[in-house]
Amino acid sequence: MSIEFLIAAIVTVIGLATPILLAGLGELVTEKSGVLNLGVEGMMLIGAIAGFAATVATGNPWLGVIAAAAGGALASLIFGFFVLTLNSNQVATGLALTIFGTGLSSLLGLGYTGRIVAQFASPFPVELAKHPIGQLVFGHSPVVYFSILMVVLVAWFLKSTRAGLILRAVGENDLSAHSIGYSVIGVRYAAVAFGGAMAGIGGAYFSLVITPMWAEKMTAGRGWIALALVVFAGWRAGRLLAGAYFFGILMALELYAKASGFAILPSQFWAAMPYIVTVVVLAIISSRETGGGNAPACLGRPFLPAN
Amino acid sequence: MAKLTRRNFMQAAGAAATLPLLGTPALAADKLKVGFIFLGPIGDFGWTWAHNKGRLAMESALGDKVESIYVENVAEDASAIPLISDLANQGCKLIFTTSYGYMDPTLEVAAKFPDVKFEHCTGFKRADNVSTYNSKFHEGRAVLGTIAGMMSKSGKLGYLGSYKVPEVVLGVNAFTLSAQKKNPAATVKLVMIDSWYDPPKEAAATETMINLGADIITTHTDSPGPLQILEQKGLFGFGQGADMSQFAPHAHLTAIEDIWGPYYTERAQAVIDGSWKSTDTWDGFKEGTVIISPYNASVPADVKAEADKIQAGYKDGSFDIFTGPIYDTEGTLKVKEGEHIAIGDLATMDWFVKGVETAA
Repeated sequence: MSIEFLIAAIVTVIGLATPILLAGLGELVTEKSGVLNLGVEGMMLIGAIAGFAATVATGNPWLGVIAAAAGGALASLIFGFFVLTLNSNQVATGLALTIFGTGLSSLLGLGYTGRIVAQFASPFPVELAKHPIGQLVFGHSPVVYFSILMVVLVAWFLKSTRAGLILRAVGENDLSAHSIGYSVIGVRYAAVAFGGAMAGIGGAYFSLVITPMWAEKMTAGRGWIALALVVFAGWRAGRLLAGAYFFGILMALELYAKASGFAILPSQFWAAMPYIVTVVVLAIISSRETGGGNAPACLGRPFLPAN
Repeated sequence: MAKLTRRNFMQAAGAAATLPLLGTPALAADKLKVGFIFLGPIGDFGWTWAHNKGRLAMESALGDKVESIYVENVAEDASAIPLISDLANQGCKLIFTTSYGYMDPTLEVAAKFPDVKFEHCTGFKRADNVSTYNSKFHEGRAVLGTIAGMMSKSGKLGYLGSYKVPEVVLGVNAFTLSAQKKNPAATVKLVMIDSWYDPPKEAAATETMINLGADIITTHTDSPGPLQILEQKGLFGFGQGADMSQFAPHAHLTAIEDIWGPYYTERAQAVIDGSWKSTDTWDGFKEGTVIISPYNASVPADVKAEADKIQAGYKDGSFDIFTGPIYDTEGTLKVKEGEHIAIGDLATMDWFVKGVETAA
């Protein structure tokens, strides 16, 4: 096995891992505030078309990424209005958001099928990526570096900042946070919008980086894997990074096994693998730590203060 | 919120998309209403896109004699049954179900609606009110295989497949046998991704085959994603279902295009005339159901000439890629020298020829 072979394989894994990492990070922050948003797939699709359309219009993929974040955040705020202001059921509303996002992105994308867009220039000098090792370090889309940077930022924010502490408090015990004067709804709106923005960027990774085109439903269910990933990671940013790459390796292994002419396991099993692994990890977590491990205590519950 | 189900929404979105094409919804009862069940989104730029183009061609050919409705993203399982029934309940007298997996659902619904005519694409089960129609895509694959066999430097080719269904098996075998006629040592890596449409997985599978040495890859899935990967790597591939050259101006050597319009028009006209009968149609180059897109400028003249020869051979009936000797992957002689595979056996082919590297 040559070094070039290994690096090419790693590049494939990065392509598979990055979008679920981005969307998963956003959902992690949302869930840490106590809100379960099952609309990740829909927000990713809205981000994918928003990013693509903006890039077509401006010729600048950076503006595309910003538009994707804005599109995803906007979609998530609709969800936020229903679950935070109107106290609707989070699971049902999140599913509706996925349906809405799928349909809306198809509608918005009608004029964009078959078009091509400007692509990201490498943030590093091209010569650096000539050597295989250099390619591994410097050869990726800026969005890949952004995703790693965001892991560090989210981990730091949740662990070491006052705002992160408040967010976690809101997710763990909303009534207590409310009684000492924090705006539970305000914090949750912010967390939901962040989740939407990150899902939007994750979606744009499909339409701007992997296959720079718009195709309906092009995220093909990755939003659901991102949701499983958050649980798999036990609501920790560092583990989310490891988990995203682990899922990426699983997906790549399936393809490598098939392309090499043998089947380790039936392909249906491979497709179900992220979910199976998540269930297993969930079982381990909950047997080891009582009370569901690191899951935010208020996850999925509406905030209903007494007064 | 509760009323917003997947189907409701997609129908609303579908209706909104169709309205400008239909003009004002007609009330005339003597119009033939034609229904379509689509596998993917009409914007997939591949399989479903081509079927939808056929639908639009039928509408413009028959003008105000027909109107049509369609449902997109229909899964190939029992969940298709209520959707097909729905079209019949909405007054469709002719319904096209456009993928292999709708075979049993179509027959089941057809039994309940004896006065509605059904047309199932790529299947082999028929009834008095169920026809089957298919296209000899494998004839197109023979052209692609010829080009790939002559242009590949490594002799290692890739085939991105979806499921192990006869249509795909035929495509793989025609592609492989044709490549081997030009380069006897050619091998084909086959990866089935268990989906007709999953752009990120199509892209990842393409990267994988490239990394394992393939330098020309053909796809039997429906997005242009793989071509974009090939374009980035400076390698070659082919469009599937439609000319996809704008996605990959250098990598796109040519494409197999599916032309359904004439068939849809003919069958709708037959229903209007009352002459519709249950038939089995399997057209190819000869009838114009399969066509080959313009060749890329990078295809050398001698390769073009060989590719054209295959097309001409199919058009005048002098060529058949499934002519013996043909061996399977185990090396067993399956078709003797000079013999052909009978058309019925082709329609149910489930074994791969020698040189295909696969886990399927």
